[in-house]
Amino acid sequence: MPHTTTETDELVPAAEPKAGHTMADRAVETQQDLSAEINGLAGAYAQALKDGAPAETQPRLDYPPYRSSILRHPTKSLHHADPETIELYSPAFGHQDVHALEADLTIQHNGEPQGERIIVAGKVLDGDGRPVAGQLVEIWQANASGRYIHKRDQHPAPLDPNFTGIGRCITGPDGSYRFTTIKPGAYPWKNHLNAWRPAHIHFSMFGTEFTQRIITQMYFPGDQLFPLDPIYQTIVDQDARDRLVASYDHSLTEPEWALGYNWDIVLTGPKRTWTENEALGAEGDEE
Amino acid sequence: MSNHTTPLVPTPGQTVGPFYGYALPFEKDNELLAPGSAGSIRLQGTVYDGAGETVPDAILEIWQPDAEGRIVQKTGSLVRDGYTFTGWGRGSVGYSGVFTFTTVNPGPTEPGAAPFISVAIFARGLTNRLFTRIYLPEDTAALANDPLLASLDPERRDTLIARRDPDGGLTWDIHFQGANETVFLDFQ
Repeated sequence: MPHTTTETDELVPAAEPKAGHTMADRAVETQQDLSAEINGLAGAYAQALKDGAPAETQPRLDYPPYRSSILRHPTKSLHHADPETIELYSPAFGHQDVHALEADLTIQHNGEPQGERIIVAGKVLDGDGRPVAGQLVEIWQANASGRYIHKRDQHPAPLDPNFTGIGRCITGPDGSYRFTTIKPGAYPWKNHLNAWRPAHIHFSMFGTEFTQRIITQMYFPGDQLFPLDPIYQTIVDQDARDRLVASYDHSLTEPEWALGYNWDIVLTGPKRTWTENEALGAEGDEE
Repeated sequence: MSNHTTPLVPTPGQTVGPFYGYALPFEKDNELLAPGSAGSIRLQGTVYDGAGETVPDAILEIWQPDAEGRIVQKTGSLVRDGYTFTGWGRGSVGYSGVFTFTTVNPGPTEPGAAPFISVAIFARGLTNRLFTRIYLPEDTAALANDPLLASLDPERRDTLIARRDPDGGLTWDIHFQGANETVFLDFQ
């Protein structure tokens, strides 16, 4: 935990004009410092696009403004591989695994959770636009005050005894999913001084092939923290970032009950060629 | 089916963050078989960062054929009955960066193929999931003929091959960076 010793204001040098601009210690890195780094990388990306580089659709593994990534990103290029056998299939989940009520995060305790009740619904699609049916979707999130129930979250905002913040569901035949929950709050973290994460819900999805496995975060439209957040900005392309932002959808809103947000997920691939002769059997499938 | 529609652009991933621990783990998540049952082995390893420190907040998923090389398509991974092998498991590392699974040695999916376990890795500080493979060490002829392994430099190739433990288990470590940086895969 090298960062825990550098979290207090006591380490900021004694006040003197412009002392705050000296970057002597990571502990005193401010939002201004981080924003300068973020904007520098954004400017370089904008120039690369102008020079004909392809748009980047996924986050950068190496994105230094997200400090925890510095020692945890591969330094060598990912090795291109053609997926084989097991990688072209996905584990199977079903209603034996997930109860229908697990999609409602507001009924897991005796009382109603605090906060703004919302419905988040959409579809899981593959890269060809086909629905991903009967697959597992898992979510987790902070409560309305921006507090996770996780013991490592020491943010001094109240826990809510009526809200855990975990949900699961199995997608329908049309790839649809739907959760009832509470709008999560923004929360502070230790990346730099005064770092705040935009409100988000963590989403975990499976496709029809294991190579489509994804964990990501869904955000809410219009969040003022977007340009300041090193995690959201790990995706340097604005169009790609926008794909993580749900849309307010009044047709999902239920009268006198909950506001509705729509968010569709598109998985990579698929890579498997579907032909009648090849389907099942030849790959050693059972049943 | 082949109506030449423009492929959709995939949704970007994001880090799993630090707070998955109360959400993603579940009872017996890392027990593809009950520990001690016939044919079960321990698969274990340690996750290291670029400073050589162990990573205490990573979570792995493995997905593999059964001992006969069959790809299983059975539900029940999240609510295990103790008898059904589903081929998939999830395991968080502990404070010391060590993960453990109870599973079987995967069989070859085709005659002569090198058996391997598919792996997805998530961690705080890792901005997107990483994929890799764990190969069994024994069938050296199959390993020599494996298309992926053949495309790698010899010293990097070994990062994908597990060590066999005296108790019959497998040990396989993950290095995000450094001299032993694990080979991570891009399927796109």
